[in-house]
Amino acid sequence: MLLVHYFRAMWGIVGRELWRFVQQRERFVSALVRPLIWLFVFAAGFKSALGIAIAPPYETYILYEVYITPGLLGMIQLFNGMQSSLSMVYDREMGSMRILLVSPLPRSFLLMSKLLAGTAVSIVQCYVFLAVACWYGIEPPVMGYLWVFPALVVSGLMLGALGMLLSSFIKQLENFAGVMNFVIFPMFFISSALYPLWKLQESNEWLARLAAFNPFTKSVELIRFALYGQLEIGALYFTISSLLLFLFIAIQGYNPSRGMMVKKRGR
Amino acid sequence: MTDSMALSVHDLGFSYGKKAALWGVSFEVQLGQCCILLGPNGAGKSTLFALITGLYHARDGRIALVNYDIKKSPYKALAQLGVVFQQSTLDLDLTVKQNLRYHAALHGISRKQADKTIQQELERFEMFERLNEKIRHLNGGHRRRVEIARALLHKPSVLLLDEPTVGLDVPSRQAIVNYIHALTQEQGLAVLWATHLIDEVYPTDQLVVLHNGIIQITGTVDEVIAKVNADNLQGAFVLLTQKEAR
Repeated sequence: MLLVHYFRAMWGIVGRELWRFVQQRERFVSALVRPLIWLFVFAAGFKSALGIAIAPPYETYILYEVYITPGLLGMIQLFNGMQSSLSMVYDREMGSMRILLVSPLPRSFLLMSKLLAGTAVSIVQCYVFLAVACWYGIEPPVMGYLWVFPALVVSGLMLGALGMLLSSFIKQLENFAGVMNFVIFPMFFISSALYPLWKLQESNEWLARLAAFNPFTKSVELIRFALYGQLEIGALYFTISSLLLFLFIAIQGYNPSRGMMVKKRGR
Repeated sequence: MTDSMALSVHDLGFSYGKKAALWGVSFEVQLGQCCILLGPNGAGKSTLFALITGLYHARDGRIALVNYDIKKSPYKALAQLGVVFQQSTLDLDLTVKQNLRYHAALHGISRKQADKTIQQELERFEMFERLNEKIRHLNGGHRRRVEIARALLHKPSVLLLDEPTVGLDVPSRQAIVNYIHALTQEQGLAVLWATHLIDEVYPTDQLVVLHNGIIQITGTVDEVIAKVNADNLQGAFVLLTQKEAR
């Protein structure tokens, strides 16, 4: 199999996902509105209630809006990962996954390309959000926009792999609401996206410990430090390890017959 | 396997948990032959297609496309295969061109070559002027034509069609039936066409009648009618598939 075949197929899968995203304007708008509401409304309301002390990577006192911006980038990627997972379950039920899976390439490669495609879409959303945030007055160092790119790639892949893993275990589209309640919301709220871990520790040590081992916390911290030109090596290792673990389970667990034949189990 | 053998299925078995779906299924389709896989709903046609396309893995039996075993050389085998699934697998929000280019990319075809082949296949179906329209705006018959054109883009040796005319009006159905039969003759393609509609069968077709996961009979239309001692194909089909489902 020629390497160029792999490249063309990967580019085809990524290109298709980007086209779909651009053409589905409602999806584009809603993906942006969610974090912007958090930034304009939630952060504005809470900035007087929540004081943020000086802590790395910040070198001075910062506004609450500045603090939650990396968390909201993580939020975009978390929800995008779930959206991709939802669309994979939908595609599986509607049959369009089959056209991907019958192409003459390894299934693991096809699923990884699909993951990369979802990540590319999430990164586009993140940069549009950063542009709006910049207009709003949240201005990280210029180089931060560059440094955050690899962090967004790693974090987007990890959260996308989590979504893929969940889609491997969701039998039907209807079960997706449960995932939102039991995975997405706890993952987002028990993390450092909205409040620093030390602040969480002051009110509940047990929750703070849980948050410290939450892969979403690690990806948010990776993004936060990268946005200020720094590398949080521990967060990088944790995020990459989570990515590999989620990806391995997702690929092993992916079964195209699920959803098509819910009650039947292939031998 | 002879040189002209395009699809060979040998002693294939598959079950969903304890429920057997296919049993000792064996048949062959040669290049230039249109083989109709005839069976009522629930006969096991879609399961057989899922096995031939590698979506499911069978523990028992062997499937080979041209000379490639689907287990031993899955990618070479799949490269020989074009598939039209029962459910539409087109992306409604993308245009005809985008859908076809996507498929071409999955088969490693360059953009330039893809555009040339897309034009050829669509023109054959009188669909080229719809190239930049979104699939959502096409009717059922035209969507099917696009799916068939897509399945042929990478010049496969074997074309699988899983009840491709379901839900279409009579003229659209007839157009697709005629087109596929012409294609078999002109391009020497091997076609396996799953259906439960007798009127889609040409007298020259090979038949494989599947019922309850077991092949009931194989042969030409005349041979099948003669073997079961029926007046016509409709009668033969009724006789072969009237046994109770397990």
